[in-house]
Amino acid sequence: MNKQDQDVLVVKNLKTHFFTEDKVTKAVDGVDFKVKRGETLGIVGESGCGKSMTSLSIMRLVPSPPGKIVDGEILFKGENLLDKSEEEMRKVRGNEISMIFQEPMTSLNPVYTVGEQIAEAIRIHQNAGKKEAWNKAVDMLKLVGMPSPEKRAKQEPHELSGGMRQRVMIAIALACNPELLIADEPTTALDVTIQAQILDLLKKLQNELGTAIVMITHDLGVVAETCDKVAVMYAGKVVEYTDVDSLFENPKHPYTEGLLNSIPKLDEDVEELQAIRGSVPSPSDLPKGCLFAPRCPYARELCHQSLPDLTEMDGEIKVRCWMHTEEWKREDTPITNDKDQTDSDKGVTLYAAGNS
Amino acid sequence: MFVFIARRIFQMIPVLLGVTLVVFLIMQMVPGDPAVLLAGESASDEQVQQIRSQLGLDEPVVTQYFTYVKNVAQGDLGTSIRTNRPVIDEILTRLPITIELAFWSILVTIVLGLLAGIISATKQYSFSDISLMVVALLGVSLPNFWLGLMLILYFSVKIQIFPVSGWGTFMHVILPALTLGTGGAAIVARMTRSSMLEVIRQDYIRTAKAKGVKERIIVYKHALKNALIPVITVVGLQFGALLGGTVLTETVFAINGIGRLIIDAIRMRDMPVVQGTILVVSIIFVLVNMIVDISYRFLNKRIDLN
Amino acid sequence: MQLETVKKVKKPLLQVNDLKQYFPIKGGLFGRTVNHVKAVDGVSFDIYEGETVSIVGESGCGKSTTGRAILRLEEPTDGKVTFQDKDLLGLSKRKMRNMRKDLQVIFQDPYASLNPRQTVGRILEEALEILNVVPKKERPQRVKELLEQVGLQAEFADRFPHEFSGGQRQRIGIARALAVEPKLIICDEAVSALDVSVQAQILNLLKKLQRQYNLTYLFISHDLGVVRHISDRVIVMYLGRVVEIADKKSLFENPQHPYTKALLSAIPEASRKRKKERMILKGDVPSPIDPPTGCRFHTRCPLATEQCKVKTPEVRQVGPEHFVACDVI
Ligand SMILES: Nc1ncnc2c1ncn2[C@@H]1O[C@H](COP(=O)(O)OP(=O)(O)OP(=O)(O)O)[C@@H](O)[C@H]1O
Ligand SMILES: Nc1ncnc2c1ncn2[C@@H]1O[C@H](COP(=O)(O)OP(=O)(O)OP(=O)(O)O)[C@@H](O)[C@H]1O
Ligand code: SF4
Ligand SMILES: [Mg+2]
Ligand SMILES: [Mg+2]
Repeated sequence: MNKQDQDVLVVKNLKTHFFTEDKVTKAVDGVDFKVKRGETLGIVGESGCGKSMTSLSIMRLVPSPPGKIVDGEILFKGENLLDKSEEEMRKVRGNEISMIFQEPMTSLNPVYTVGEQIAEAIRIHQNAGKKEAWNKAVDMLKLVGMPSPEKRAKQEPHELSGGMRQRVMIAIALACNPELLIADEPTTALDVTIQAQILDLLKKLQNELGTAIVMITHDLGVVAETCDKVAVMYAGKVVEYTDVDSLFENPKHPYTEGLLNSIPKLDEDVEELQAIRGSVPSPSDLPKGCLFAPRCPYARELCHQSLPDLTEMDGEIKVRCWMHTEEWKREDTPITNDKDQTDSDKGVTLYAAGNS
Repeated sequence: MFVFIARRIFQMIPVLLGVTLVVFLIMQMVPGDPAVLLAGESASDEQVQQIRSQLGLDEPVVTQYFTYVKNVAQGDLGTSIRTNRPVIDEILTRLPITIELAFWSILVTIVLGLLAGIISATKQYSFSDISLMVVALLGVSLPNFWLGLMLILYFSVKIQIFPVSGWGTFMHVILPALTLGTGGAAIVARMTRSSMLEVIRQDYIRTAKAKGVKERIIVYKHALKNALIPVITVVGLQFGALLGGTVLTETVFAINGIGRLIIDAIRMRDMPVVQGTILVVSIIFVLVNMIVDISYRFLNKRIDLN
Repeated sequence: MQLETVKKVKKPLLQVNDLKQYFPIKGGLFGRTVNHVKAVDGVSFDIYEGETVSIVGESGCGKSTTGRAILRLEEPTDGKVTFQDKDLLGLSKRKMRNMRKDLQVIFQDPYASLNPRQTVGRILEEALEILNVVPKKERPQRVKELLEQVGLQAEFADRFPHEFSGGQRQRIGIARALAVEPKLIICDEAVSALDVSVQAQILNLLKKLQRQYNLTYLFISHDLGVVRHISDRVIVMYLGRVVEIADKKSLFENPQHPYTKALLSAIPEASRKRKKERMILKGDVPSPIDPPTGCRFHTRCPLATEQCKVKTPEVRQVGPEHFVACDVI
């Protein structure tokens, strides 16, 4: 088997920008990764770094205008999705590639029952009759752990709890056994028990059908449990691409390191969590050097001057950071950011009037 | 649902009482004495007096009103002062004509309005969108008697495919229905467009696309049903405007409907007829509003009717 | 089922008593009520001023509904809610609206709760208008501060809700709740869409505000790591009922109810090394439409006895701050 056959999805230098009156928001700005058959790729990263836009770009569902895919290639089974016509894309969507959307609350049509909404996908792609599709929809609801699926199928989205709606979204996405599943925060509204059940379901699907999964999540527990490879994104770019073991044991990028340090630990009590200080740079005013430099505890002069490339380290691991380059060793300017300063040193001025 | 409908019918009663009262008071206040009108200029004072007591016009106003309401409750709307026929008969002979006109007009409003709105929304900023919206803007601002006259001038007088006036065949319906329905259609079109544009941006439309649903089905199934919710209110309101419009339209096209009945009755100070017609029109209006509420319910079960 | 607590010194800010929320299920041609979803079925708890109480439990067990019922966003079927000695359910609609200044909510679905036609700046200014202590001229400045506090750029004030990512929208919801300077905030999955670093920032912010202004939080979350970090006490719900209430330490170190034990054992670890044994619950998840008789957990409980099928367990005290509704343990 050659390599092309194995890579279900290859994303190369993807750029999706938003063009508003006076400025350009570079939501996705150079994203590269690939996913093999039967493999799960995790995407993690700061809120607003472009994870959802990356996945919407793959589905070609970026809201346009104002959004536009300005550069790059998205190869699905070797074919560039960006070259396909709208009608060809329609046949791919929901059938070969399906997506679980981040916000289950607003992603379901308020005026149709959830059963109908699942059955619709089945009717479109599997030539099923009305009754048959409905029965399959009820089966799907059962599969995602919905209690009394027959009754629930007849309810409308607003009658379901947050986690139930999320499971309906999952059922829609899985209904047609896709080859590639993009799951954007699929378990945010699920309790740990149901979450475990859903993750098992995905694993089973993957084992039986060889589905490739792109799992976008900020729950690093889910990453640890399900992913093979992980892409860490920051401000529209991939800053680290690694396998899951190295991610937890040997994070290479300072942002990844900060992320891992921020997790609330179950076995220790602290008064304050360790957050990465500061916040993401404003999208219309990006620093010219490393995008993480203003917040990075290791940043040197070099980092503020120019943007590092995504460079290959050992094996398949890639990092976008000067620290792991030859230039870094030559550089001897001091660290520019004071490592110990945290956010909490600044006073909180949130309650202007005071609450007496 | 049953309970809901029953309650709405029950709620109609005070509304209608209010309507009778208002109409009654207005008629009391306008100058002109119906007894004098009826008796003629040359009649003696005694004659007028006699007619007055015959009609009960010499009783106190309050008593007159209560007598009226009591009769109405028994289905007796009084007798026309002008023709001496029971008001209910006067109304019933003309009502079907107006209902037919209203039916075709509201159909024009809904069909033209929705179609134009949907086309505009799905092809936002295209040539057809812009031209449709310009037309709609004109449609909103044109007075409908003027539109009626223009239609008569062109289609009946110039190219002569439709009759100028009168009633009876389907050909008679077309021009008045267009006259009466166009203004509403323009408003519905604008509403549909903005509502559709908002719905099309929603996340659930994206979900439908992600499922691979065809564009056409997305528009007509997923988007339209949601977009209709605000449109229905507008259609309901348009119905009220339309009933008002029948007065002018029926006059322009010389159609013997309720609208003309009212005009004639007002001119003649024929109080029972005016009251009766307004009452009937009010009942129709309240019924239509109820239908609007019920269709809301069908479209969106989230709306709590209580 | 009134829970006696030892915290005699502190005064409860919010008391919830036997709260019930039944949703009718309509069926048939004429939409008659054929059944009810017993989403919340007799829930009682107290929250003291300045503390954080979390509600955890299975998806669909009635957590959000409890929060909404307290705020009367949906009128509860039955029960009593007392806030600062006022009976909330007895208040007129208008008085209740005034209470909303002190009682804020961060919704589970941030997008649905933001007006799509208003810019974020407008949404926040509107919240400030209700408060009416910030003079009109200073409001834009406040809006900027609020945005920055939740880690968003001030320039985002001109954007509309649909122009944001999921986590950014969630933070707008948080900023809005904080804007009116409430006494109690109900946070329904308020940090669920945030990556761990931003989440840490927000949690630190919430804690800091609590220290400075003695704020009280009712925190609903599935993330037990977060719950453990932020809470003083934790309420565990199962199918519309409270099964265990305890201070955080007792609950995480010494859970009593079999459901709590199963829940805690299912937490995924953010590491590859420690894989622990999961206690997988058997049996179908029952539905609040026809809940099981007796103890609602008996259909899936490894310890269930014959008696559990018929007798509803009373809430018992098992430790100074620890209450549990199970007759077997
Ligand atoms: N319509 C739009 N106009 C302008 N900017 C937009 C628009 N939609 C999204 N963005 C911006 O694009 C960036 C990427 O958004 P995206 O939804 O991909 O983030 P994300 O990584 O999924 O974040 P989260 O974890 O919070 O969901 C964000 O900074 C967002 O503000
Ligand atoms: N408006 C409604 N009509 C009918 N049933 C409803 C309604 N709102 C909620 N329910 C039902 O009430 C139950 C509890 O819902 P709720 O949203 O409180 O759950 P939850 O504990 O917040 O779950 P999640 O963690 O999934 O958000 C569910 O069975 C749900 O289907
Ligand atoms: S390049 Fe420099 S600033 Fe950027 S992450 Fe690496 S060390 Fe930090
Ligand atoms: Mg996202
Ligand atoms: Mg909820």
